[in-house]
Order: sequence, then structure tokens, then C-alpha cells
Amino acid sequence: MTHGARFPAPADDPRIPHLQARGLACDVGGRRGRRVLADVDLAVRHGEMLGVVGPNGTGKSTLLRVLAGVRPAAGGEVRVDGTPLAGRSPRDRAREIAMVGQEEQPQSDLLVGEVVALGRTPHRPPWAGGDDAERDAVLRALAAVELDHAVDRSVEQLSGGERRRVLLARGLAQEAPLLVLDEPTNHLDVRHQLALMRMIRRLERTVVVAIHDLNLAMAVCDRVAILHDGTVHADGPPEDVLTPAAIREVFGVEAVPVRHPDTGHVHLLFTTHEPADDRC
Amino acid sequence: MSAPVAVRPTSPPPAGAGAPVRRRRPRTPIVVGALLGALLLSAVLSIGFGAEPLPPRVVLEVLDHRLLGGTADPTWDAIVWDIRLPRTLLAIVVGAGLAIAGTGIQTLVRNPLADPYLLGVSSGASVGATAVITTGLFAGAGLWALSLGALAGALAAALLVFGIAMAQGGLTPLRLVLTGTVLSSAFSAFASFLVFRSSDPQAAQSVLFWLLGSLSGAAWDQLLLPTATVAIVGGLLMAGCGWLDALAAGPDTAAALGVPVRVLRNVLFVLLAALVGVLVAVAGGIGFVGLILPHVARLLVGARHRAVLPVAALAGALFLVWVDVAARVAVRPTEVPLSVVTGLIGAPIFLLLLGRRTYRFGGSS
Ligand SMILES: Nc1ncnc2c1ncn2[C@@H]1O[C@H](COP(=O)(O)OP(=O)(O)OP(=O)(O)O)[C@@H](O)[C@H]1O
Ligand SMILES: [Mg+2]
Repeated sequence: MTHGARFPAPADDPRIPHLQARGLACDVGGRRGRRVLADVDLAVRHGEMLGVVGPNGTGKSTLLRVLAGVRPAAGGEVRVDGTPLAGRSPRDRAREIAMVGQEEQPQSDLLVGEVVALGRTPHRPPWAGGDDAERDAVLRALAAVELDHAVDRSVEQLSGGERRRVLLARGLAQEAPLLVLDEPTNHLDVRHQLALMRMIRRLERTVVVAIHDLNLAMAVCDRVAILHDGTVHADGPPEDVLTPAAIREVFGVEAVPVRHPDTGHVHLLFTTHEPADDRC
Repeated sequence: MSAPVAVRPTSPPPAGAGAPVRRRRPRTPIVVGALLGALLLSAVLSIGFGAEPLPPRVVLEVLDHRLLGGTADPTWDAIVWDIRLPRTLLAIVVGAGLAIAGTGIQTLVRNPLADPYLLGVSSGASVGATAVITTGLFAGAGLWALSLGALAGALAAALLVFGIAMAQGGLTPLRLVLTGTVLSSAFSAFASFLVFRSSDPQAAQSVLFWLLGSLSGAAWDQLLLPTATVAIVGGLLMAGCGWLDALAAGPDTAAALGVPVRVLRNVLFVLLAALVGVLVAVAGGIGFVGLILPHVARLLVGARHRAVLPVAALAGALFLVWVDVAARVAVRPTEVPLSVVTGLIGAPIFLLLLGRRTYRFGGSS
């Protein structure tokens, strides 16, 4: 496995990260909200795939929303290619960063193609939609998630995992260089989990992905950041970060790293004899 | 999605899935064309109904006389041109406006049960109108007093709902629904209080008639304001149809798609409040139109606003034209309030929609 950028940075200075968080603080629950994350520092290079892991409720989704500019930061700042995200118009930002949330459900009464075409919103004026070029982008995005044959079907006729892939296709149709995905493999079968993550890797985009499957994170991410106790607990190559000690501390679970006899990749086996603590 | 397929599907449908069941949807232009035709036909036919039934030939003669310089009997001319045509036109404008407002509000609050009166605008208007009826407010404005009172009440109520929702942190769907509902009850209570306190025994009857909606006062000089409002608001919503689609998918999704959610919501609120305020001022409160016709339109052409807005508007116009006909011929020589008719027709339609398993009222299933 190669760690680091998979292709040269398009920016003038390759040392400038594609996406960077500095001293980021994130609140939930509106104006008088609760601080869930404080002082988060992260940097994602061009073409890198960063996995964000952590127990339920640590603030992964919250962090991703702020990184994608969907919610404002409570403190600190997010920079894209070295310039602050806060200064951009929503439309410019959406051409730069696409996000698919954890809990999203496609609206009923839309066709699959219409849901995916929503991803083209930042590329067209608010009154337009549905031209040939858009149809191409929609079909490309659907082909990437192996659902192009369903373009004219109603989303109601899809299974939960298929709906999830349609929403991903919407994110892909946005054709933004930065992709922020909140648990994209939820509801997916084991083949589609792997296929999807590999497909995302092949996209040559910078990806930030929240993920619960530590083995999947280990297999596909260039780097992993563990969120714990309101900040970044560890951040680095997966095998350096997802150590038994860190997993015990953060998740309260015993993990045993095992090498795959053929590929040599490290996999984690979890033992459940001890009840996990109920902090989350 | 009418463009030809430019990229061939690469993967076949999964084996064993069978042929995918496609819900056949008529194309939007065809639906719009059919509704336009039906509306024109209905307009001409509807003018024939009333105390003095007129055959369509007479109606066409008068229209020909007025528009193309033909000849027509002056008696028929007076009935058709001065009384019935403005009324039919007002039905078209109000029906279209209510359906547009209903579509907009259901998107704004993301609730399939929302109707145009949710924002408290109509109960505010009823306070204004009741004040006019029971206290003789704006007496100097003559025939316009009622509309003026209703409009003033509507705008005051809209400002109040807007102000309270903003003070609590913005126009989120839930907050709007709750604020609107609570204030609506308060305004209705106040209007009832005004009626109760009034010494005029006729007041309750007039207030009730107004609250339930009527087009009986329709005249040419009343048409300009609602027509302009419906056209402008409808046009602006069409101009933002792509953003409305994104907003319907949820605030975070819309934000991720580059839509300025806060601005869009505020603008939408102001437009809808103005539209509903004007409609209530000219026609009182007409139930069910703004609630049901957006659903009928979505059922016909899918949920995209580009298709829903025109289809809902035309269907609303068509619906209200016939509702008004029913209202004036049902219990001759008096008129039934429009809400009585829309309620009696609307409830079964809604139940019919509920019974359709393929229609989910815009919700995520
Ligand atoms: N609207 C809200 N109001 C109050 N607290 C909230 C709100 N949304 C989230 N929270 C809290 O904020 C914390 C972080 O939530 P977040 O959704 O970011 O967690 P997460 O790491 O994505 O969890 P999961 O793994 O379950 O997806 C949680 O403890 C949650 O209870
Ligand atoms: Mg989450």
C-alpha cells in the first residue's frame, strides 16, 4: 500500500494541503449549542484519502459538516488550497467540495436520475436543469456506483443500500475535487463496500471519509485520524494509528492485528469477552 | 429528464431482479398543454353557469364582441363581461396562487400537510377582516375596506411569525410550523373575541362567510393586484426551481449543493406571505386547494419544482373555476362559501391519494 499523494498536486506549492483545519472548534445544536470538538488540526494533501474514525457520538459527522462548509465553525478555520473556506460563496464552495451525509434519504417521488442531477446544482443557474451535458454527468456518476441501469426508476423501488449508492452518485455528479463522505458504506453489502471504497480511491480526488469499519479504513485509507474526547487523538498512516493500544483506549475493545497470509496486509480481530464501557 | 441517452448503460440490471417496474409518468409539457386546454374550455363553460344560464355560444359571442369587435346583445354583454368573466378570472388567479403557495410552503417547511395558511397569515387576515366587519374600521375605503383590513392583518401576522421565528434562531421547518400554528390559534381566538363582543347580529354571519372564502365580489378593478402578485411570485419561484429542489432535500443537503439556505428561506417566506396575504384579502380563506393540488401535481409529474409549479398552478386554477361554479349553483339563489365545496370535494381526493401506495406525500420513505 502506498501512503501519501497518489498524483502530483495541482496547486503551485505541493506543500499546501488541499484541505486544512486549524484550531477548529465545532458546536452542535444551534446558537447556544454544545462544544463537541475543540482545537482540531488536520491537513489532507491533494489526492489523499483520510479516514475519520471514532466511537459513536464523538463528532465525526459534526466535523465533516464543518470541513465541507455546510455548517459554520465555532472557532478556528478551514482552508482549501490555502485560502479560507469561510470567504467563499456557497456555490463556489460546492464546486470545490461535495458532501454526502450519514442520514440522508433521497426524496420519494423523484427518479434516480433526478436525485443524482441535484448534484449538478452548483454548476447551473437556479432556474436551469436537465440538459444533455447534465444527463452525461448523471450517467457517469451512476455508472461509478453500478446503478446506471436504474436511471429512470423511482427511488422508492430501490433497496436501502441502492439508495445509499444513489446519494453517493449525487456527490460524484457534483464533480468537486474534494469529496467528504459520512459513512458511505452504511447499508452496503461486503462486495459493494469494497468496490465503493476502491472506486472512490480511483477517482483521483481528495477524500475525507468517516468510517466505522476499522479494517476497511486500514485497507483503503492513506491516513486515519481518530477522534476521541473532543479532539484528534491520533493521526497518521492506518497501521501506525490503529494500534491495539489506541483501540483499547478509544473504543474500549481488545484488538489483535493479524497479517493476511497472501496479501501481507494487517487486519484487526476484535475480542468481545470484556464488556465495552458505556461512555457512548 | 427528456434528453436522449448519450451514455449507454454499462451494467445490466442485476440477475433475478426481473424487469424493473417503471412508474409511467406523462411528460410535463403534455400535462401542461392538456391542463391549459381544459382550463380555457372550463373558463368559457363556467361563465354560462349562474342565476341566468347562458349557452357557450352566447359567451363566445360576447368575448368576440369585446375582443375582436363582433356584435353581441348588451344584456348578455353586461352579465358576461362585467360580472361573470372577472369572477372566473379571479377563480383562475386565486386557484393558481393557492396551489403555488401550497407548493412553496410544503417545500419551505418540508411537511406534506402544510397549507398556505400555515404561516399564520390567513388568521391574521381574519383578525383584520373581522375588525372591519365588526367595528367599521377603514370605513372610508368603502368596498375596499374588507380587503384592506385583511391585507393589513395578514402582513402584521406574517411580520410577527417571521420576527418570532428569527428571534429563536431562524426559519427552520419545525420552528415555522410550530410558530405559525400557535400564532394562528391566537389570531383566530382574537377574531372570535371580536365577533363575540360585537353587538351586530349580522357580524357573525358575514365573518363566517368571509372566513370560508368567496369570489362573489369579483370585479375588473380587483383583478390587477392578485394577478400581478401571482405572476411575480410564481415567476420568481420558477426562477429558483433548482434551488427549491435542493431545499426540499433538506437544509444540510441544500447547503452542500451550494444553495444559500438561509437567504432562500427568508426570501421564500416573504414571497409566500405576500402572495397568501393578497389572496386572502381578495377571496377570504379557501381550504384544501393549497394543500391538495401540490400533491396531485407531484403525483402526475414527479417532485421537481420545474414541473410541479406550473402543473399545480394550472390544476389549482381549473379546480377553483369548477368549485366556484358549484358554489353558485348548488343552493340557488344563495351562494355556498368556497371552503364548504373544497372541503366536500377535497377530503375524498386526499383520501384517494392516501390510498395510493406509490405516492408518499413527498416524504422520504
Ligand atoms: N442537534 C443536536 N443537538 C444536540 N446535540 C447534538 C446534536 N447533534 C448531535 N449532537 C451530539 O453531538 C455529538 C456528536 O454528534 P455526531 O453526529 O457528530 O457524532 P458521530 O461521531 O458522527 O457519531 P456516529 O458514529 O454515531 O455517527 C453527539 O454526542 C450527539 O449527541
Ligand atoms: Mg456520524
